[in-house]
Amino acid sequence: MAALKETVDAVEAIDVDAYKYGFVTDIESEKAPKGLSEEIVRFISAKKDEPDWLTDWRLAAYRRWLTMDEPRWARVEHPPIDYQDLYYYAAPKSTPGPASLEEVDPELLRTYEKLGIPLREQEILAGVETRKVAVDAVFDSVSVATTFKEELAKAGVIFCPISEAVRTHPELVRKYLGSVVPVTDNFFATLNSAVYSDGSFVYVPKGVRCPMELSTYFRINEKNTGQFERTLIIADEGSYVSYLEGCTAPKRDENQLHAAVVELVALDDAEIKYSTVQNWYPGDSDGKGGIYNFVTKRGDCRGRNSHISWTQVETGSAITWKYPSCILRGDNAQGEFYSIAVSNGRQQVDSGTKMIHLGRNTRSRIISKGISAGRSQNTYRGQVSAHRKAEGARNFTNCDSLLIGDRCGAHTVPYIESKNPSAQFEHEATTSKISEDQLFYAMQRGLSAEEATALIVNGFVRDVLQQLPMEFAVEAQKLISISLEGSVG
Amino acid sequence: MLEIKNLRVSIGERQILEGLNLTVHDGEVAAIMGPNGTGKSTLSYVISGRAGYEASEGDVLLNGQSLLDLEPWERAAKGVFLAFQYPVEIPGVGTMTFLKAALNAQRRARGEEELQTPELMKRVNAAAAKLGVAKEMLRRPLNSGFSGGEKKRMDILQMSLLEPSLGILDETDSGLDIDALRVVADGVNALRDKNRSFLVITHYQRLLDYIKPDTVHVMAKGRIQRSGGPELALELEESGYKDYIGEAA
Repeated sequence: MAALKETVDAVEAIDVDAYKYGFVTDIESEKAPKGLSEEIVRFISAKKDEPDWLTDWRLAAYRRWLTMDEPRWARVEHPPIDYQDLYYYAAPKSTPGPASLEEVDPELLRTYEKLGIPLREQEILAGVETRKVAVDAVFDSVSVATTFKEELAKAGVIFCPISEAVRTHPELVRKYLGSVVPVTDNFFATLNSAVYSDGSFVYVPKGVRCPMELSTYFRINEKNTGQFERTLIIADEGSYVSYLEGCTAPKRDENQLHAAVVELVALDDAEIKYSTVQNWYPGDSDGKGGIYNFVTKRGDCRGRNSHISWTQVETGSAITWKYPSCILRGDNAQGEFYSIAVSNGRQQVDSGTKMIHLGRNTRSRIISKGISAGRSQNTYRGQVSAHRKAEGARNFTNCDSLLIGDRCGAHTVPYIESKNPSAQFEHEATTSKISEDQLFYAMQRGLSAEEATALIVNGFVRDVLQQLPMEFAVEAQKLISISLEGSVG
Repeated sequence: MLEIKNLRVSIGERQILEGLNLTVHDGEVAAIMGPNGTGKSTLSYVISGRAGYEASEGDVLLNGQSLLDLEPWERAAKGVFLAFQYPVEIPGVGTMTFLKAALNAQRRARGEEELQTPELMKRVNAAAAKLGVAKEMLRRPLNSGFSGGEKKRMDILQMSLLEPSLGILDETDSGLDIDALRVVADGVNALRDKNRSFLVITHYQRLLDYIKPDTVHVMAKGRIQRSGGPELALELEESGYKDYIGEAA
């Protein structure tokens, strides 16, 4: 069997590497040593029993990465990152990939509880199948629990860790991996390609409407572990899928680097809805600690009439560098970006989207709501462009910023380029402050300072919250209130 | 009953209220009249607890209890309601959502059970019908895009829903045409009750043609200069405020 041969090859490769590079590869080890090198890349690949083509793909990315520089154009500041001082692979202490929930370390389940995973996911993790939400939980770098697989399999939907998809559906992974975000795309995406640990893989076959919302929780738990998720979602012709991603991380003192890549491919008449709620540790009030979130998310509306919609609620991370984008390649393709970005304390957010109109009669819509409090800086950066052939392209952008207090900043940086005279782009932007008048008015009616702020902010973001799946919207609303605690008075 | 005793308030370097005394009994409608810039709005803010309007001396008691150390929302729960000179727009927040949040916050603070939506709707619709507030307005975000008259009516609607023991009307007549003024005044009159006091702050006699006060107090230079019955308002209409500001700097 091919798979067996690959495994044998991989094991042989490890031995060769160990000898060749003087690096003792302990296949049982939970962690790769600190730092990044070809050996580490090979080690990660070997840990995952990857085929040669993928090992080579990673190595090519690594070599490319060595020639690249960190992007400097974002409005964020941080001390230099020592890429040799990070771990690039860590597995949880328990046996990776348990066959059933009983094998899951109860300590891990307790962690989920502490992290406040909503009851419905806890029930699912506990085996109570009351709600149709499939969770592929990523704990550090290895998936430890996957549910609802059978029901999805009945519909022909593939939903599994990408490391598993490499073994079970190599033809799909090989065809689509890096086809939206090429290995050479940008510093962080290239780094991710070299060292990605794991992530989710979704394939929805032709004409299938995925029978449930797909959901993944990412956690960062090991100290000093860079997390490099890789997600690939493919919606084949005429299919539909809605994917929810939610994140939290426990408190850490050191800054943690997170550089994920998400690739979406929508073929003819297919639709993908991708929703994110992100509340990673933002650092303390002095700006110490917190996650660096440098993420590349991109969707390719490859087919005619395809439709990709990004919805994000961002409240966490010390630094966010994130631009979920749509390439509107197919004629009549549609791209959407709905975003709420909340920053407090010393958080820095530079986020937005890109809508690249290539096909005819392509449409896009951007609704961005930025809320800055404390001493945070919140930047919307968005690009809308029409290619020469993008006859009849249309975009509508609405970009509102709300300031709470007088020590934070809101910035709006739109880039608009049109090479087709028939393209119509509209851009609206406002910046406002929560006024003393509004707060006092609501407090005079009986609402506390925090209730009043939450109410006003929730009014401000209402257009975007309406885009989220119902149960997610309620969580997001609470999360926004929590992140703004202590920002008034 | 509202009792204001020797109230002194400065904003920045400027002394605005200089030992103001005033008592308003239960069921009484007291009009405060006075020239511009004499501290009438300041008085309404001090009573309701707006940040930046703190008393340096004196006290404000509602039903025997001092309000000055309470947060604005605590005062609201105790029964203080301020109808604003310029009611504020809150975009994106549905009017019904706001009304429910406010009413239930007050009920919670008083240890009462929260009101469920159907009961709330019933009360709001009844009040809206009386005040001529269109149902369509209740579906819009609070005060967003409302005309001046609509905003004032919405404030009175809130007052009738929240059933305060003290209603303060701060220049409610400003910006209202005569028809809107009549509707608002009728709304206030309908709320007159033996357990409820009103403080009607106004610059002109006009409002008092529609909301008949029991007592009239002339305020100038940070104090009540003279108190009397409704006839005092008519006298002021004739003579103006010059007698009260004569020796002002």
